[in-house]
Amino acid sequence: MFHRRSFLKRFSALASTLAVTAAVGLQAPQVHAQGKTVKVGVLHSLSGTMAISETVLKDVALMAFDEINAKGGVMGMKIEPVVVDPASNWPLFAEKARQLITQDKVAVVFGCWTSVSRKSVLPVFEELNSLLFYPVQYEGEEISRNVFYTGAAPNQQAIPAVEYLMSKEGGAAKRWVLLGTDYVYPRTTNKILRAFLKSKGVADKDIDEKYTPFGHSDYQTIVANIKKFAAGGKTAVVSTINGDSNVPFYKELGNQGLKATDVPVVAFSVGEEELRGVDTKPLVGHLAAWNYFMSIKSPANTEFTKKWADYAKKKGIAGHKDKPLTNDPMEATYIGIHMWKQAVEKAKSFDVAKVSVAMGGQTFTAPSGITSTMDPKNHHLHKAVFIGEVKADGQFNVVWKTKGPVKAQPWSPYIPGNDKKKDEPALMAEKKK
Amino acid sequence: MRGKNSKITKLVLAGALFACLIGVLRPALALDRAAMEKLALGDGDERLEGIAALVAEGDPRAGAVLGALADGEMQTASKRILIVKGDDATDAVTGEKIAPLPAEREDVMVNNRLRGAVQDALAALKLVSPDRDIRFAAAKELAGGTVAGMLPLVKKALAKERDAEIRELLVHTAASLELKADDIQTRLAAVRTLGLSGSGNAKRLLLSVLESETNDDVRVEAKQSLAQVNDRLAWGERAGLLFAGISLGSILLLAALGLAITYGLMGVINMAHGELIMIGAYATYVVQNLFKAHLPAAFDAYLLCAVPVAFAASALVGMVLERSVIRWLYGRPLETLLATWGISLVLIQAVRTLFGAQNVQVENPAFMSGGVEILANVVLPWSRIVIVLFAGAVLAGVWLLLTRTRLGLFVRGVTQNRAMASCVGVPTARVDTLAFGLGSGIAGLAGCALSQIGNVGPDLGQSYIVDSFMVVVLGGVGQLAGTVYAALGLGFANKLLESWSGAVLAKIVVLVFIIIFIQKRPQGMFALKGRSVET
Amino acid sequence: MSGPLGNAFTRLYGARGWAVLTLCGMILFVVFPLLNLAVPAGSAFHVSAYWVTLIGKIMCFAIVAVAMDLIWGYCGILSLGHGLFFALGGYGMGMYLMRQIGRDGQYRSDLPDFMVFLDWKQLPWHWWNSDSFAWALFLAVAVPGVLAFVFGYFAFRSRIKGVYFSIITQALTFAAMLLFFRNETGFGGNNGFTDFKRILGYSITTPETRMVLFTVTAAVLIATLLLGRYLVTSKFGRVLAAIRDAEQRVMFCGYNTLHYKLFVWTLSAVLCGIAGALYVTQVGIINPGEMSPANSIEIAIWVAVGGRGTLVGAIVGAGVVNGAKSFFTQAFPEYWLYVLGMMFILVTLFLPQGIVGLLNKSRTAR
Repeated sequence: MFHRRSFLKRFSALASTLAVTAAVGLQAPQVHAQGKTVKVGVLHSLSGTMAISETVLKDVALMAFDEINAKGGVMGMKIEPVVVDPASNWPLFAEKARQLITQDKVAVVFGCWTSVSRKSVLPVFEELNSLLFYPVQYEGEEISRNVFYTGAAPNQQAIPAVEYLMSKEGGAAKRWVLLGTDYVYPRTTNKILRAFLKSKGVADKDIDEKYTPFGHSDYQTIVANIKKFAAGGKTAVVSTINGDSNVPFYKELGNQGLKATDVPVVAFSVGEEELRGVDTKPLVGHLAAWNYFMSIKSPANTEFTKKWADYAKKKGIAGHKDKPLTNDPMEATYIGIHMWKQAVEKAKSFDVAKVSVAMGGQTFTAPSGITSTMDPKNHHLHKAVFIGEVKADGQFNVVWKTKGPVKAQPWSPYIPGNDKKKDEPALMAEKKK
Repeated sequence: MRGKNSKITKLVLAGALFACLIGVLRPALALDRAAMEKLALGDGDERLEGIAALVAEGDPRAGAVLGALADGEMQTASKRILIVKGDDATDAVTGEKIAPLPAEREDVMVNNRLRGAVQDALAALKLVSPDRDIRFAAAKELAGGTVAGMLPLVKKALAKERDAEIRELLVHTAASLELKADDIQTRLAAVRTLGLSGSGNAKRLLLSVLESETNDDVRVEAKQSLAQVNDRLAWGERAGLLFAGISLGSILLLAALGLAITYGLMGVINMAHGELIMIGAYATYVVQNLFKAHLPAAFDAYLLCAVPVAFAASALVGMVLERSVIRWLYGRPLETLLATWGISLVLIQAVRTLFGAQNVQVENPAFMSGGVEILANVVLPWSRIVIVLFAGAVLAGVWLLLTRTRLGLFVRGVTQNRAMASCVGVPTARVDTLAFGLGSGIAGLAGCALSQIGNVGPDLGQSYIVDSFMVVVLGGVGQLAGTVYAALGLGFANKLLESWSGAVLAKIVVLVFIIIFIQKRPQGMFALKGRSVET
Repeated sequence: MSGPLGNAFTRLYGARGWAVLTLCGMILFVVFPLLNLAVPAGSAFHVSAYWVTLIGKIMCFAIVAVAMDLIWGYCGILSLGHGLFFALGGYGMGMYLMRQIGRDGQYRSDLPDFMVFLDWKQLPWHWWNSDSFAWALFLAVAVPGVLAFVFGYFAFRSRIKGVYFSIITQALTFAAMLLFFRNETGFGGNNGFTDFKRILGYSITTPETRMVLFTVTAAVLIATLLLGRYLVTSKFGRVLAAIRDAEQRVMFCGYNTLHYKLFVWTLSAVLCGIAGALYVTQVGIINPGEMSPANSIEIAIWVAVGGRGTLVGAIVGAGVVNGAKSFFTQAFPEYWLYVLGMMFILVTLFLPQGIVGLLNKSRTAR
């Protein structure tokens, strides 16, 4: 239904566009007052390498829109989602962002997963002064006035996880393998972790940093090297391996008999959705650090998971209709959409500047059971950190959590020079200079 | 390594020892409630004390309770401690059945530290088991232990033990425990014994001796032992590297073999080859799900059933493609490239629509999980061993088919001279379809094998297509033997370089090598000789 | 018209061809800029920045397509590595644009952000002189050119041809992609270069700068087309076609085919480099993804769809495929791959001469 209707609408739009010239842009106001709808962009890859992770975020966003629309919409206006497919192609992300903002006149965009996609669209959002909600854990080192980051900064994920593994309860690891896919998020995270470990008295010889290419699928050598390294003392592995390479990595770990009680592996990019493709029985006890797990017991989460299961069944979402799973970026997307709605209603306007101001200090009872707050200044969420061990059924067993929400530090204090950084977006005036 | 130097772990194991010595004699009606509460409701150290107390009490049910804890079957309902198996619940303390299940239950949290302690305690309890395999497993479990409290227990078990393999393990465990003994001679002997081992664990212990030992004799001895251990470890690494090379080579071979037929023999540049591999993997997934749903008892056999299904599924898709698209493009090889690229886009998106964009789970059957330990630090995963054998079998099958059957004869005939073959009555069109189906089917087999070690997702094929083409071209088009040599050669080269320079550079170097090699031998390693070269 | 220049004119295109070309030039150089800059943003006839960058991008791709057609359509060499030359040109220009950011980056440093981040204290050697625009232009042309020359010299000397050549060009671009992914290589790793601020001191996001870049791209595209046309209609072009159809015979006639192939191959790579340099300024990001084998295959597809062996066809193909991609990814985000895939299949099956071939046929039939 949805598809057909929107197809007809878009088709007629295209036909009329072509009819005049290829280049007519109707300068409609941002909000279609007569139709009482507001357009909202969804910018997630539905094809290409990132489709594995991102498709479900598009679905959860549509679910949240449906939910809001069923309750009367935003300021009495129905949300009309505009879904585009940037196809895991980074320049296409920038093009699609521009299209959403200037052609479709969306009030806000929810999207992006990889850092490079965010970096690609960032200049577009800043130039056109529009809003992006970014729902994935990332490396920090960035605050933009046009972006709200609802995923974790390194201090909300990586550092607590390493602290836990250093503690007696976590196994008191002395040596560290920092293993990642060779791109910016692992590089930055490992840089922060190296500085952090050094500050805790870990020597350089006890840290082994290793990178694999994108899409690497043969982890025999890597696992053998971990074993070799672990012969030097109690070792923990910190994995920032990119989503798709995790399955072969974990399969190799399980088959080579490296158990979590000997060498625990903590991962920052492995959640319920990534483990879907893995037989988790040999992996029991390996860890992941997130701000949300599907297994968290809270009324908000029960409601969220049920909503998702019903929605997936109703829409027949392949994979999820039989085995609905929720994960951290889905939760972050959900929080972001609801906070945006609240901020719009507080600002009584879709104006970017006004909504941005209203976003500061917004609170939302997240499915994680914690009341997340948007920081008044730095555009990041205050989130609780959970550390979970993999269970035999592919879910996580929370073994540690922070007492309450943690403030994000996008400028990690473990990177030299960051102490001079302001914990808020640079002003336009300063930018123009 | 496990809870090294921790007082608590000492307590646990001392308790285990105590249990073994006297515990079995004293049957009890109920487990110690206080210990159980510590275990289930306490935090951190308290819980380990709980384990120690439970084991010390010596009730044989302690093993069952600990086992349930490790399996995540222990729950609490207010202050009551339950063991829940499916819908049945028993009280962990009294052993009574509890019905109905209390509504408000919480899982007892198990983390790695607790799991390690539970496993050690269970192993200690099992060291006196009459069953040889259980004792062996227990001895293995304890082999990494470094806690003095275990020593009398190990020595006692050693005194009774007759099995050579278990004795060896226990001797090493005892030696590692005696490293901290007061007597210098004992320490010397222990260090020497560890020198005979080849495990990473022995290396770790010897390194710690070198750090903390004050006696010079022991230090010298430890250094010698360490050198011996390192030597053995190095052999293990070499063996591991060799196997890794063979394994990667066999995977490349499987992925490229189908292409060697469709491209090498028939000249079709099939960019959808990767997607045919993917279809094989998804066929395996479907068969697995059918077995799970309808034949859970015979689940392990699903793979045997999946092999022909994967072959058939990919072969069918391949033949349909050949009939509908590729047939019209013979003689325009570069255009088949474009059309099959389009096909691959359609197939990827079709799978995404049908199965979802996310990866799907393909479980290893039991006989393919885990591995065989050939040296202390080398475990060869069964899944990889099976794939190496499988690749060999597929290769043999293809070779026989091409050289010993009528179809093979026709395929070779059509390859060498289509017009002539047609003149002598070979149905060239049908041979084309069948040969393409064969190549596609082999891609399906590759998918079935790959599903056991990697991702099964819509992008599965994309990651193998470039590698497959490299293998076929390097080996020489139209030559099965070339494909085999190229696959194994690239596998070895990749693994060898990876251990020196890291995975990223290794891959780059291999690609550059291929480029240079082709300059020297433009037709690949094994060029077709004769007239067909220039056509 | 008379004289040698006139001959050249009539040789390239007939009167109708020139008329169409002039019309296109008028639209690109006059109508488009006017609609974008002079017509107010509220008007129905205003051309927005979105269209300017989109069409600018497609024109860059069209240059690549023409370059591809020169070697594939006219000389029978299918390269599956043209994305590499394109990306190298882009990186050459990107280095300059990164330096133009100056101290406006996140870290307020003279060095590009990613270098600060990697703790590099000074520019690595290959960034020498990268703050010079002229040097950037030189790099964008010279690096792809030299690489293509060296690679081509050895490959053609060894008489590697057909599919073998295609596969090793694919290996080349794949290896380069992995190399550029590495952070240590010094090109920003997976993120590549982005967040550009200025070019030649002018802000890169103003409509005026955009329009200048747009018209420069249009000019380069038309120049490329004319240059290509000049080549293929000359004696040189006829030798190329002869090589494509029967290289052995050409050699037996006494031509050294190596020189011909090498020249057109290097020229093609240089054109790609120029296109890449123009692309970066308009799209605002360059990263190793451009070197992925899939991107290079797509270039071949543009040419095939438009019509191999006609330069206009290459341009049409680049426009149609990329236009379709831009439209379908929004209109049917979940089904566009089916449409695109089917388009490739149907075109190769039923339009072996591409879209332009179809048009020509229908014209001659009439």
